Amino acid sequence: MTTAEELPINVNGDVVLVRQRVRTVAVNVGLSLVDQTKVVTAASELARNALVYAGGGQVRVEVVHNGVRQGLRMTFSDNGPGIPDIEQALTDGWTTGNGLGLGLSGSRRLVDEFALESTPGEGTLITVTKWAR
Amino acid sequence: MSVHTDAGRRRIEELLQEHEGRVLKRWLEIAVSSTSNQVDRGGLADQLRELYQSLRQSFGSSGDLSDLRGLLAELSRDRARQGFTPTETAVVVFGLKEALYETVEEDGSPDALRGFIWFSRVIDDLGLFTVESYATAREKIIIDQAEQLLELSTPVVKLWDGIVAVPLVGTLDSARTQVVMEKLLQTLVDTGSEHAVIDITGVPAVDTEVAQHLLKTVVAARLMGAECVISGIRPQIAHTIVTLGIEFGDIVTKATLADALAHTLRASGVRVVKGGESRIAVRTVEA
Ligand SMILES: Nc1ncnc2c1ncn2[C@@H]1O[C@H](COP(=O)(O)OP(=O)(O)OP(=O)(O)O)[C@@H](O)[C@H]1O
Ligand SMILES: [Mg+2]
Repeated sequence: MTTAEELPINVNGDVVLVRQRVRTVAVNVGLSLVDQTKVVTAASELARNALVYAGGGQVRVEVVHNGVRQGLRMTFSDNGPGIPDIEQALTDGWTTGNGLGLGLSGSRRLVDEFALESTPGEGTLITVTKWAR
Repeated sequence: MSVHTDAGRRRIEELLQEHEGRVLKRWLEIAVSSTSNQVDRGGLADQLRELYQSLRQSFGSSGDLSDLRGLLAELSRDRARQGFTPTETAVVVFGLKEALYETVEEDGSPDALRGFIWFSRVIDDLGLFTVESYATAREKIIIDQAEQLLELSTPVVKLWDGIVAVPLVGTLDSARTQVVMEKLLQTLVDTGSEHAVIDITGVPAVDTEVAQHLLKTVVAARLMGAECVISGIRPQIAHTIVTLGIEFGDIVTKATLADALAHTLRASGVRVVKGGESRIAVRTVEA
């Protein structure tokens, strides 16, 4: 059973839809309530960043397997301005907007695997995975 | 498929190609006249042309209708949103039969007539598919509207003299949080309350944005001389907030709404005493 779906992130309402979809998949994958909440929150952060800083993007939500373990993977992509200094962006409290600057760094702590690729002028690709325990 | 049908089908494909301009023009006329709604003629013309091309392509690629179905689903969604009826939506698709029939009649060959029967069947299927997509789209609109209504119905309630509460339920997005918070601040002013309880028991997740709104509200309330207590932070939310790195500073948080009420009552000088016959007696302590 490999399911994957692409969800658009173009308006505020899309962020809510992404969150709801991720919640459903997280339940199906068998994540604990705490982990569901963590992965939903990470989805919320990354989707909103794509919307706010890149003017929109999309996320691919899929179920992944590692032996007998199941997990949920989300791949956020956008064609926005990119992140010039990734280390700085991942620092707690760093923001170029008027947020708390905890979205990226916090999301990294909320998931099991976190990969960020970004090319200034081209866009950003963030892949995160949460494994069921 | 029999040889006859194949030949018929080929003839229809030829006619669709040779008379594209005319058939499309006629189709547009039929589509426009089939509705009492205001239609954007240019937009509809583009849409029909796209459908037409996709239909011809699907005939070329041995009948793979998936692209075409995608376009039709889009058309249904648009029309459902714009308030067209299902009939008005389906008639657009069925209109292509009539539009092509004139050309088939003129051609008059047995192949064309036979092919037209096959063509009608294809269009009928697509028409039914359109109606189904329309129904699905309508359902989704209704569900969305119900959710929005729920979101609008967050009340600010008075718990006690000088104590108001907002029980937040459901997914909080930025817009909704802002509305709720503004309403709370306004209620504090209107009722001259000095205590507010923000209960998030019904909130499935708190992200940095929601947290920021909560923090800002607490600060704004303080500026107005009111103290806020946040209650109903469930374990999974607490975990997430801590992992994200959000700090609530010196803001009072309580596990339940009841705890928060007890706290604010105490803070506003009301003592709750359990009476002898296990009834609750309340008296205000003079400061
Ligand atoms: N998809 C993106 N494209 C371009 N820049 C981004 C993207 N995501 C994040 N950034 C940059 O990284 C910074 C840090 O992001 P982060 O989510 O941690 O904080 P924030 O969005 O500013 O505040 P919040 O705590 O509310 O999320 C942002 O201010 C922005 O400059
Ligand atoms: Mg952010």
